Amino acid sequence: MKKIKLIISREYFTRVKKKSFLITTILVPLVIISFYAAIIAITIDGDNEKQNVAVLDDAHLFNGKPDTSNKSMVFTFISNETEKSFVNKYKDLGYQSFLYLPGDTSGKSKNKFVLHSQSSVSLSTMSAIEDIINNTIRTKQLISNGIDPKEFDKLTNNVSLDNTIDTKEGEKKSFAGVAYAVSYGCGLLIYMMMMIYGTQVMRGVTEEKTNRIAEVMVSSVKPFQLMMGKILGIGAVGLTQFAIWIILIVGMQFAIPLIFPDMTNHINSSNLNNTEGVSMVTTALQGLSSLPITKIILSFLFYFLGGYLTYASIFAAVGSVVSEDQQEAQQLVFPVIMPIILGFVILTKAVNDPNSSLAVFGSLFPLTSPIVMMGRITYDIPVWQIGLSMILLIGSFLFFTWITGKIYRTGILMYGKKPSWKEMIKWAFAKSNTKK
Amino acid sequence: MDILELQSLKKYFATQKAVDDISFNIKEGSIFGLLGPNGAGKTTLLRMITGIFYPDSGNIIFNGKPFNPMDDIINIGYMPEERGLYKKMKIGEQALYLARLKGMSKNDAMVSVKKWFVKLEMESWWNKKVEDLSKGMSQKLQFVTTVVHEPKLIILDEPFSGLDPVNANLIKEEIFNLSKNGSTIIFSTHRMEQVEEICDHIVLINKGQKLLDGTVQKIKQDFKENIYKLDAKVMAEQLMTYIFDVVKFEPNQLLLKLQKETTTNELLKYFINQNVAIHSFNEVLPSLNDIFIKLVEGTTATRQFQNIN
Repeated sequence: MKKIKLIISREYFTRVKKKSFLITTILVPLVIISFYAAIIAITIDGDNEKQNVAVLDDAHLFNGKPDTSNKSMVFTFISNETEKSFVNKYKDLGYQSFLYLPGDTSGKSKNKFVLHSQSSVSLSTMSAIEDIINNTIRTKQLISNGIDPKEFDKLTNNVSLDNTIDTKEGEKKSFAGVAYAVSYGCGLLIYMMMMIYGTQVMRGVTEEKTNRIAEVMVSSVKPFQLMMGKILGIGAVGLTQFAIWIILIVGMQFAIPLIFPDMTNHINSSNLNNTEGVSMVTTALQGLSSLPITKIILSFLFYFLGGYLTYASIFAAVGSVVSEDQQEAQQLVFPVIMPIILGFVILTKAVNDPNSSLAVFGSLFPLTSPIVMMGRITYDIPVWQIGLSMILLIGSFLFFTWITGKIYRTGILMYGKKPSWKEMIKWAFAKSNTKK
Repeated sequence: MDILELQSLKKYFATQKAVDDISFNIKEGSIFGLLGPNGAGKTTLLRMITGIFYPDSGNIIFNGKPFNPMDDIINIGYMPEERGLYKKMKIGEQALYLARLKGMSKNDAMVSVKKWFVKLEMESWWNKKVEDLSKGMSQKLQFVTTVVHEPKLIILDEPFSGLDPVNANLIKEEIFNLSKNGSTIIFSTHRMEQVEEICDHIVLINKGQKLLDGTVQKIKQDFKENIYKLDAKVMAEQLMTYIFDVVKFEPNQLLLKLQKETTTNELLKYFINQNVAIHSFNEVLPSLNDIFIKLVEGTTATRQFQNIN
């Protein structure tokens, strides 16, 4: 035990002390957050640049009073010009584009409205202009048919549907979107962590083998201790990374209002006066608090550890049988990452339909369950399924560690050609060749 | 007393009888040479002695008791032929880590590592990384990590490969010192001149089997061919005699092979009677190199694969 602790602490500290660890741990979430912030900023702001559109309204559609709901569009009406004469001028007069509405809109001649521009116009600009024209025409037609446009708007209100779940404790509001996002996010995180840390284990083992330190090591410790030390050490690195992220997120929630006191005010008052944004934020908050947070965190930890340990031991075995050739590693890794990817595919289905038979199967089958079960855990699923899935995962962890430990201790001292699958299976079930 | 006793050790792999019934004893405090051509089974044998492999059959008695890898590992230091260190690790940390893995406490390890670093003039390397070291330098570090826990049995597989003569001598001195202080050293190599210089006792194995076992002196006596070197000015016509054959004739030196019945005194008498001025006369023993080549030659140089059921 003393030796395994030594190995764990070496594996852990050599990784955590690296500058690249701190950089990726802190930078990655910052990059992700700023990426999303940028996306949100762009979508809220829209096109900052004002579109100056010259309009030649021969159809008398606007009567000089354009729809001003879209603030990035500035319509300027011109007169005493024809389409042909103005086409050559609008650019010099400072308009990005020139909208021509021909006189006869009765439909017979099928006169088309034309937007002239120097370069192709963005889709959003096109649809904004289309919307303005459509709205104006609709209002006109409503009025000509004797309907008050305001009355019409009242009639066509959007309906939004609330889903309440009837549980024993009474009604509970469901926030499908939030549950969906949390499930998907947790599954995705486990998927990523298994891939990233699994391959780290593999590379670590291959490095020990190609550096030939393995032989020195196994003359001091059992191969199994060496393998488990590495797996546990790297797993601890993963948990540390999580802990730092959680601290960062919590810290930021406190820090941001302190650093930018204006920002929250800004959000509350001006920018989101369209109530949709505010209601979205409150929905998300309500949704989060409606979720079984403790259950999610505990099962996240369990499935992360279970999934990581199972796959890490397989990755360690793969790392032990390859030599310098990276190509060989690729070939051997492929069948290992297949079930991980399969789990991810089932996850995308499970978050939409958590009680489908595919989702149930995926969350029980131990090679996919860490990912898939996280996709279902936010929903109410039968307790026996969670229990069975956990037992199967622990069982498969023990099984794979036992098998891969045997492959590992033979593989790590073998140089030269890559063993075939048949040989590896033979090692896995052979009676002990080396010390246990 | 014997520190290590191997009793009919066997280890078969899928396509090779790597070690096929080998027994020998190693005296405590001796420098023991394990010789053999490439692929003779030396590494497999050493891996069994270091507890990396279990023998298929046979016994290993270490220090009077059946060998138990877990308890005895602290008493063994093994430097494999394929050297290996963590490239990204600092040298001081690495030596400490390997010492503690052998079972030393943190403080003992620190004291011992520092002592060895001073002895081999490596103090200034402490914070360097292994990847910054030259091959010879990392070889020295590897040696330190092998002996740092003051093991009773030190196993060195080709310890001088890659070392310049100065550093090779430095290591050689340390090997002698360790031996003087009571450590037993197993020295595996196919460089015979080093063996002759260093080892007390040797075993030669080939194709998984033991060919030779004995002290260097005794083996040389066993393989001697009655050849003598005579420094003297001799005329060719003075060599017409039946008591010896001339192996090599040079103006001032002769190599002579005596007939079985002839004694050296008879030979000297013969030359004295011929009125030859003798400057020196001594027996020429075969070098281990000659014995090695003689024994191993004729067998296929590298091992062939065979089927073992």
